[in-house]
Amino acid sequence: MPEDAAVDPGEAAAGRQVEDVLAALDRDLVALHEVKRRIREIAALLVIDRCRRRLGLEARPPTLHMCFTGNPGTGKTTVARRMGEILHALGYLRKGHLVTASRDDLVGQYVGHTAPKTREVIRRAMGGVLFIDEAYHIYRPGNERDYGQETVEILLETMEDHRADLVVILAGYKAQMDRLFSEVPGLSSRIAHHLDFPDFGLEELLEIARRMAAEQRYRLSPAAEEAFLRYLEERIRQPRFANGRSVRNALDRARMRHAARLYEALRDGRRLTKRELVTIEPEDILASRVFTGGAYAGVSAGGER
Amino acid sequence: MDGIRITQGTFSYLPDLTDEEIAAQIAYGLERRWAVSIEYTDDPHPRNVYWELWGMPMFDLEDPVAALAEVRRCRQALPDHYIRVSLYDPSLTRMTTALQFIVHRPAREPGFRLDRQEGHDRTIRYTLHAYAADRPHGDRYPEAERGRGAP
Repeated sequence: MPEDAAVDPGEAAAGRQVEDVLAALDRDLVALHEVKRRIREIAALLVIDRCRRRLGLEARPPTLHMCFTGNPGTGKTTVARRMGEILHALGYLRKGHLVTASRDDLVGQYVGHTAPKTREVIRRAMGGVLFIDEAYHIYRPGNERDYGQETVEILLETMEDHRADLVVILAGYKAQMDRLFSEVPGLSSRIAHHLDFPDFGLEELLEIARRMAAEQRYRLSPAAEEAFLRYLEERIRQPRFANGRSVRNALDRARMRHAARLYEALRDGRRLTKRELVTIEPEDILASRVFTGGAYAGVSAGGER
Repeated sequence: MDGIRITQGTFSYLPDLTDEEIAAQIAYGLERRWAVSIEYTDDPHPRNVYWELWGMPMFDLEDPVAALAEVRRCRQALPDHYIRVSLYDPSLTRMTTALQFIVHRPAREPGFRLDRQEGHDRTIRYTLHAYAADRPHGDRYPEAERGRGAP
C-alpha cells in the first residue's frame, strides 16, 4: 500500500464504543488518575494497532498481562472487571468476562491434583480476564512439597502460549508482589503493565460514599456528610482500614442504624416521608463505635465489625 | 491399500473439519450453554459407545479456544486414536448429547472384515471385525505415521 494510504477515522473509531467505555470508566471510578491514564494508553495502542492492520502493517498483538498492586479496597477488582469490558470493546478479547481465582482455586491438595485444577480455571477464563487475587499466596518458597510451583509453571506457559486468548491480572500488596517477582524469574518479564493503586484521600472516600449511597437510592444529608468525614478521619487511623470496602461497610451499618431509628418512629405511630426513608442523618453515623474508643483497638483477628 | 474411513457422529461424511471449523461448532454449543467433553478410543467398531474421557467434561466455558486447546493436547498425547468432541445439552427435558463429531483419526484406518458364521439350517450370521482390534488395546494403529494435526 502507498505511504499516503489512509484509515478512515470512522472506521478506526470502532473507537466510538471504546470512548464510551473509557468515559464510563472516568465517570464511575473516583480518583485513580494514574490507572485511568494507563488504560487510556493501552486503548490508544490497540486502536492504532487496528488501524495499522487495516493498512496491512503487521503488528504482533501486544502482551497485556498486568499486575495490580495496592492496599485492600483500592479498586483492583473493579478495574479488572472494567479492563475486560474495555479489551472486549477493543476487539482484543473475544468475551471480556472476568474470572476471579485465588490460591484455593488453582493449587491442588495432592499430587496430580494441581494441573487439572489450574487448567480448568484457565479454560473458564479463556476469552476474558483471569484475575488472581493475592497472587503471592500461590507460590510458597522453601516448601518443596507445595504444589504452587506447578501452578506457576502452568500459568507462565499459558501467559506465553495464549497471549491473545486471555489476559492474566495478578493482584496484591506491593511488597509481597515484589517478593513474588524476585522469587519467580520469568514472571515479571511476561507482565507488561504494572499498575499501582494508591490509597484514597478523605475527600475521595467521601465521594465514593456519596456514589455508593446514590446507587442504593440513599442520600447523605450535608450534616451527615460532615459526620462521615469525621468518621473517616478516625477510621483511617485505626487498624485494618480497607479504603472503598470500609466505606461500603460503614455505609451498610449506617443504613442499619437508619432503619432502626425509623422503625422506632414507625412503632410510635409516626408516618414516614420519602425524604426520611432516603436520607441518612448524622446520628446514624455518629453512633459508630469508631468514635468511642475505637472498635478496632486491640483486635487481632476476625472480620470488620 | 486404503482402509475404510469410519463415519460416526455428525459431519462424518464431510472432509475432516479444520480447527477453525471445530472451534465454530464448539462456539455454537457454548452459546447454548452445552457442556463440552473430549473422548478418545482406539476401538473403531460402530457399536462401541464407551469412549474414554479426556479429562473432565468442561462446564462454564466462555471461549471455544479453551476446548480447542484441549483437543490439541489430546491429539498430541494420543495421535493414534480416534478423538471426538461431545456437546451435552443439560437443559431440562433434553439432557442428552446434542452434537458429537470426530476431530481426529489415526493416519491409516485399516477398516473392517466381514465375518460369516454358519448356523444350523444354513443360516448365516454376520459380524463386523475391525482389523485394528486384532492388536492389543493401546497399540492398534502402531505403524501409522503420526496423525493429522499432531506435532
